[in-house]
Amino acid sequence: MSDTAPKTVGGILTDNLWHSNPIFMQVLGICSALAVTNLLTNTFIMSVGVIFTTMMSNFTVSIIKGLIPRKVRMMVQVLIIAFYVIIVDIVLRAYMPDIHEALGPYVGLIITNCIIMGRAEAFAQSNGPGLSLWDGITSASGYMGVLLVIAFFREILAFGSLFGFRIMPNWFEPWIIMAMPPSAFFFLGIIIWIGKTIMNHEEAAA
Amino acid sequence: MNAPDIGLFSLFFASIFTSNILLANFLGMCSFIAISKDLKSSNGLGLAVTVVLTVTGAANWLILHYILIPYDLIYLRFIIFILVIAAMVQILEMVIDRVSQKLYITLGIFLPLITVNCAILGVSLFIEIREYNFVQTVIYSLGSGLGWWLAIVALAAIRNKTEKTKTVPAGLQGSGLTMITIGLMALAFIGFSGMLSVQ
Repeated sequence: MSDTAPKTVGGILTDNLWHSNPIFMQVLGICSALAVTNLLTNTFIMSVGVIFTTMMSNFTVSIIKGLIPRKVRMMVQVLIIAFYVIIVDIVLRAYMPDIHEALGPYVGLIITNCIIMGRAEAFAQSNGPGLSLWDGITSASGYMGVLLVIAFFREILAFGSLFGFRIMPNWFEPWIIMAMPPSAFFFLGIIIWIGKTIMNHEEAAA
Repeated sequence: MNAPDIGLFSLFFASIFTSNILLANFLGMCSFIAISKDLKSSNGLGLAVTVVLTVTGAANWLILHYILIPYDLIYLRFIIFILVIAAMVQILEMVIDRVSQKLYITLGIFLPLITVNCAILGVSLFIEIREYNFVQTVIYSLGSGLGWWLAIVALAAIRNKTEKTKTVPAGLQGSGLTMITIGLMALAFIGFSGMLSVQ
């Protein structure tokens, strides 16, 4: 992030949720994002895992940033992130085995989610623990927001349901394509398009 | 251990085309989007990813089956895998530096970037979940690497043309159009899945 980024609590919130939303402005962290968006429940659980990991790793990196030698800081950050992901993995396996099964390798892949690494590097390295914690929560929430929008449309079109409850009438023919990978790319493309267009209008108006 | 019953040949082709690591499993997207602006870099990165994937896939399989499972340390696998990947990338960098200066210059900055490429970790995790045996692991890793390479070179070539057109709406330019292009590519690749798949 640039140095001019707002450092106030409210500023960070709007910035992370909208102006530099990790997904549609920075196109980060979509690796593990797209695969889980065909069902709302999975998306929700996955996003909560990402919020927890981003928040805690940002907090930890910020606390111990003075102790990490600059040369090995990437490695240390990866280890911190991996530590929290293991917690998420164990909790999921213990309490929600079905969802753990459905998410498969994508829980482990939270480690290589560029958002978490990016926030640790760009924000936690130069800010206090409290603000870093808040930054972690908000930027992961920005990620969650976009994912939930994609998952909403994909689940309703692919299965006619929301959170597993059937809400479409019986005559509704499910669109199989929506459950398949290409539709995730199309939806993300469209969301980026809408987001950027609104952003361009805002800029033109300002 | 009961390895899935799948022919090596079909596993190889399925991992390149129908279950392409990038287009069907969405792995390695970050560097994919960032690097695919340039055809030459895409080629270099594709080669590097293929090499690292094959080596780390095999190394992680050996560690998983000879260290983590016997000593009941399986919950540490995320940390171990990522460390192995980082170490392999480092070793590979040194080896290439010694053996072929030309290749070293071509791969240059891409090698360190590979550590945080989700495709590498993803393949190691898929291998663990699907319980492949060693030969299948090597074939699957190599195929996934080649599939990733193919996808990034193809996208770079397409982007080369689309970036030049002026008829695209302002909001759609850049990443938006790239996502839709990838979606169309994914459709084409998945079109093969009636023939074989490894899910």
